[in-house]
Formats: sequence, structure tokens, C-alpha cells
Amino acid sequence: MSAPRMPIESGVPDPFPFMHPVLKKNFGQWKYHERPRPGVLMHVAKSGDKVWTVRAGTQRQMDVYTIRKLCDIADKFAEGHVRFTMRSNIEYMVSSEAKVQPLIDALQKEGFPIGGTGPSVTMISHTQGWLHCDIPATDASGVVKALMDELHEEFVKEDMPNRVHITTSCCQINCGGQGDIAINIQHTKPPKINHDLVANVCERPSVVARCPVAAIRPAMVNGKPSLEIDEKKCVCCGACFPPCPPMQINDPEHSKLAIWVGGKHSNARSKPMFHKLVAAGLPNNAPRWPEVAAVVKKILAVYKADAKDWERIGDWVERIGWPRFFELTGLPFTKYHIDNWRGGRVNLNASAHIRF
Amino acid sequence: MANKLHDTPLLDQLESGPWPSFVTGLKRLANDEGKTYAPMMKDLLGQLETSYRTRKGYWKGGTVGVIGYGGGIIPRFTELKDENDKALFPEAAEFHTLRIMPPAGMHYDTATLRKFCDIWEKYGSGLIAFHGQSGDIMFQGCSTANVQPAFDEMNEMGFDLGGAGPAVRTGMSCVGAARCEHSCTNEQRAHRELVNSFLDDMHRPALPYKFKFKVSGCANDCMNSIQRADMAVIGTWRDDIQVDQAEVKNYVAAKGRKYVIDNVITRCPTNALSLNDDDTLDVDNKNCVRCMHCINVMTKALSPGNDKGVSILIGGKRTLKIGDLMGTVVVPFMKLETDEDYEKLIELAQNAIDFFAENALEHERTGEMIERIGLVNFLEGLGLDVDPNMVNQPRTNSYIRTDGWDEEAKKWFERKAAAAN
Repeated sequence: MSAPRMPIESGVPDPFPFMHPVLKKNFGQWKYHERPRPGVLMHVAKSGDKVWTVRAGTQRQMDVYTIRKLCDIADKFAEGHVRFTMRSNIEYMVSSEAKVQPLIDALQKEGFPIGGTGPSVTMISHTQGWLHCDIPATDASGVVKALMDELHEEFVKEDMPNRVHITTSCCQINCGGQGDIAINIQHTKPPKINHDLVANVCERPSVVARCPVAAIRPAMVNGKPSLEIDEKKCVCCGACFPPCPPMQINDPEHSKLAIWVGGKHSNARSKPMFHKLVAAGLPNNAPRWPEVAAVVKKILAVYKADAKDWERIGDWVERIGWPRFFELTGLPFTKYHIDNWRGGRVNLNASAHIRF
Repeated sequence: MANKLHDTPLLDQLESGPWPSFVTGLKRLANDEGKTYAPMMKDLLGQLETSYRTRKGYWKGGTVGVIGYGGGIIPRFTELKDENDKALFPEAAEFHTLRIMPPAGMHYDTATLRKFCDIWEKYGSGLIAFHGQSGDIMFQGCSTANVQPAFDEMNEMGFDLGGAGPAVRTGMSCVGAARCEHSCTNEQRAHRELVNSFLDDMHRPALPYKFKFKVSGCANDCMNSIQRADMAVIGTWRDDIQVDQAEVKNYVAAKGRKYVIDNVITRCPTNALSLNDDDTLDVDNKNCVRCMHCINVMTKALSPGNDKGVSILIGGKRTLKIGDLMGTVVVPFMKLETDEDYEKLIELAQNAIDFFAENALEHERTGEMIERIGLVNFLEGLGLDVDPNMVNQPRTNSYIRTDGWDEEAKKWFERKAAAAN
């Protein structure tokens, strides 16, 4: 038998062989850009070269037929090169303005929306969910599809005060990341433990160490070594579930969806911000999650009506204040909004600044 | 043995509406009779529909890999089994993912994408995600037996597996210098030099937990590096913003003074901008914090300075275990142009990873370790000098021993004197 093939540890590939020739030629030499219409960017290089980028939404989880269709469009209507944004939009680059409209027409004909640029609601950042994750409480692709159907108009237009980045996450690890609006699973009941399996499946000291509130301790249950939970201490975060699958945190009824707003990664104007909890207790209602969509649309409508140009959701709420946010959105303010985690005092109002 | 298409009344509801439907794609593969992936995708739809009905996930992990590597494959085995331990959807009982690192900046030619499709049609499910939150291309749905040959063919194309588990992870960089006038550094080079210097730590997971690099060309931080990367590299400049006064005048003429005052001048976080009576712009560059807002708005008139470099922030991560952390500044500015500059960047990353490997607890991220030991201990471990750009404000509590004050003050003045020379 021949020796096994060993991998070539080539690492991250050099992008230059894959790059559109105008991008390659003007690398590091760009002068400015404009947005001629939603979904289209026009970059001008110091050399005078111009490149038009047409951005289209995709479903991210793509079958080979979809990918080949996107490639056919690139070969026929663009110049054979594409790139993807981190939010799974595809971008086609063309070196002449005359190619823009036929490219847009071809993409739209095949059902790919053009947009996601400037002050729009761009594609939702997207995790794995029931399709592929080992710990999800909900789906990802389905939530994104359902919401993007609802928000399609805001993707293809540039009608928002500033860009809106929405994220989803199927557990509290929050792979979707920070967002202007984040839609995340929030468990509401402690894990249910299958004591027959713990001893064989879980490295118990590691599981004890994972708990952020020290609510897990080793115990003998029915004569077997297992783990038990102090349910009064448990914050239902699910941190114990990945290292110990017999501690089932996911529950069809009690794993709810929560909505957070005001996360911002950019340093423009204000420093980066974390998103803040605004709504919880929404049902995990597959296949279209209408209750979640209703809250997201309500927040977006109020933001669109009330924020100034260039304010991200976080900037806007900092200006108008949280009392006004809850008043305008009609969302209830509860004891759960008040941060009691370590360092949470910085989130309390230690001043006489009160809004009436 | 042909399996049949399962009824999927819930998933079917995701085929309507204006956004492209992943369900339609899954069904296209499942109905593609004669293709090797069709039976797998029929059963995958069966399992996914079950999840939609019961609102539960049914995958578990395991150990699947390729020869020579300890990570990079995400194993998935079905947990949906009958009382005799037989899989209910046997053709999709193994549904592993290959994480493959894309070219930096996610550029592709169509020939490469078509080749990926051909390989994945032969060995996998026909389903590919561009891209995962990790920054990888995710080839989703592969039997255990086909993982190795699929990887071998992609590896021969020049592509390599990304990170998984307690390892250096796949990095990300923005489009940057390839198509953005805001770019202050060569993002793709920084990204590749960083990740490709630590491939052993990526492919043979042996760190306390994950370690991620992300590179953004300016403070807009399109890669979310401050919030998501253990080590964030962000382009910036230290000389003056470049102002084209003729273009400023054009912009004011087009938009009006009120618009410019309301959307540019008064939005500057440090009040460093002033609109002159002749519609030119004054910039107080000493007080500019390089936030990018005015440059974002007036793309033609304003651009970053010429003396470019990067800021380094360390310790960003999401919730588990101690709560969200943003990265904090450990190097306010360094040049990143010559080979020696890049060597310094790699040395810093090496020191950060070595310190992390030696000092972090199991499953503790770099930011959590810094929270536990204090930033000063981390800086001293890496041999980095303290700098007031590392803090929002000095400490506000008195619980600190200051008996080394004179010595520390002397170091500060010595550094200042050295910098002045």
C-alpha cells in the first residue's frame, strides 16, 4: 500500500490570481467612490480607471446549480470575477458603465435582489442552525429567509438613516455577532439532565468549569456519577450543553427568541458598541417566525421615522434616550433589562439626567 | 437503492417570497436523480423537516479528519434513530463539513467556483455556503469516506483547511486596498502573513481555546475585528487628513451649508472640524481620532493621510464565559510597509499566542485571560510599553501599590526622549 497523501499546508490563498484585473491593476490606488443607485458602487482610481460593482443578495447555503448560475451570469454579463461580502452578498465587478444594467437585469431575472449598499438593510448575518449545528435551538437559514422576505424592500432601497446590520444566532454563543438588530436564542429554563449518560459522555470537571455562575456541581444520581444544577443560580445560558450533550438546554417551547439593538462595529462618530436587550420571550415559531418579524419591523419603522441621517440604531438611541425608545416602539421595559452582571453598574444612570 | 422524497410541508413554506430560497436549492439537489448526492439530500430534507416540526436539532459531533491534520472538518452524525439504533434518515446519517479558507478578501474567478462545484458534486452534497461566520467556505454534507478525497482535490487546487477547535482560526480581511479608497494598509498581506505564520497552530489544535485574527483597512472595521477577533489589525494614519478644498466647496454647493454642518461638522466626535465662511474646511488634526465619519460622508473631498499604519487591539470575543469583551488597544500605531514591519507584526502575534498558550485556562479566550490577570501583566508578558491610548481614562480607584512610581515615571520620560530623537 502506498504512503498516504500528506496535505500541502498552503494556508490562505493569495487573492491576486482570482482578483478582477481592474482591482489588481489599481491595488492600493483608489481615489473615491459613489453609489449611482442602490446596489451599485462606482470606484474611481487615481489612474482614472473606474470599476462598477453590482451587489446581489444570495441564500448563502447554495446548491451547485445556483453557484453555476451565478457563474454563468459572471461570464456572460460581467467579466468572470466575483467576490463575496462577509454578509454573503455576491459582488460582480465590471469595467464599463454600459455593462451595469444588463448585469442587473440578468441577476433580477434569476431572482437575485440587487441592493444591500449604503443606508439599506443588508443581508442578515447567518449561522448554521438545524441544518448543520450540533447545539442549535432554532434554524438559521430559515429565519434569515423569512426575515429577508419581509425586509426585501429595505434591501433593494437605500431608505434608512444609515446602514442596518441584522444578525441571528441559534444559541447564546451568538456566532452571528453584534448587530444593529440581533435576533438571538434566549433559553428560559435550566438544562434537563439525562443522568444515565453524563458519566460516559462528559468530562465533569470541565463542565463544572464552563458555568459562568458556578451553578453546576458533581453528584451521584441513582448510583451513577453525574452532575446537578442549582436551578436558582442557573442563568440558562447553555454553556454546559456543548461539552455535555446530556445536559439538554434546547427546548421547543422554552427556548425563546430575544431581540437586541444598537450594536455597532464601526468606529465612525461613536466608539464601537454592544447590542442591548430590548425584547425577549418571543416564540421559536418555525417556519416563518412572524412574531420576531413583527418586532424587527416595528423597530425599523420607528428608527427610519425618527433617526437623523448617518445615525446607526445605537447612535440614535443614545441621542433620544432609552425611555423614548421604549415609548416609540411600544415595547415593555422590564426588570430583565437592568444589567446585574459583573461590571453592569456602568449601564446604570448615575446622574440627574432624566428625560420627561 | 432509491429512497423517496419526504413530505416537507413546513420547509415548503420557505419557497415563496422574494428572497432566494435555500429550500428550493435543497430540493433541486434532492430531485437530481442519478446524482450521487440525491439520496443524501432527500434524507437531509427529511431530518430538517423533522427539526422544523419538533423544534429540535438532531446532529452530534464526533471525530472525523484528514490525514496530517487535527482539525478543520466539522463532523456531524444524525441523532434521529429508531429503537434499534437505526438512523431514520440513513443516507444523511453522516453530514460533515469541510472548512476551506477562501482567498484573502474572498475574490474568485468563475473557473475556481465551477471546479469547487464539480468536486462537491462528486464527493459531497452539492451544497456550499459562501461563507461561514468563521470566514471559511463551508462545504456542507459529506460522508466520512469522502472527506479525504474531497479535501485532496481541493488541496491540489491550492486551497487548505481552515481552523476548528482550540486552534488558530481562519482569519478575515476586508476588500481593502483591492477596491476601497479608505484602505490604510495591505489588508490581504497582513491577513495572509498572520494566518500563514501559524498554520501549525491552526491544523494541530493545542491552544487553550480559539484564537482569531481579523484585519480591517480603516476604523469602519467592516470585519468587526474589535468585537470578534482575539487580535484585530486596523488601518489608520498619523499625519493629517487629506482635504481637497475644491471638492469641499463642490460638496457644500451641492448639499447646502446646513446639510454639511448637520451631517459632517457637528458629527465629529471631538469637534475637530470647522466650516469656514468661504466653504472650505478646517481640520484640527491633533484632535482627530481617525473615526472615519467625515471621510465616509465626503468621499471625494476627504481621505486618510499618507503616513499610514495600523493599530492593534487584543481580546475581543462574544458572550461565553464571562460576558462580551471588545478588544483593547495594545499597539496604538505601527508602520506596516516593509518586510521588517511585517516581521514585527508576526513577532507580536507569536508573543501573544505563546503567552496565551502558557497562561490561559482551558477554554478561556485571550480577552478573558486579560480580564483575569489585568492588562499590565499581559503587556509586560509581551514586552509592550504602556501608553495612554490604551485607556479611556486612568484608574478611578485607589487600590494599587505605587512603590515603583519613580522608576516607572523615569521609563516614561526615557521613552519620550528616545522618541524625540
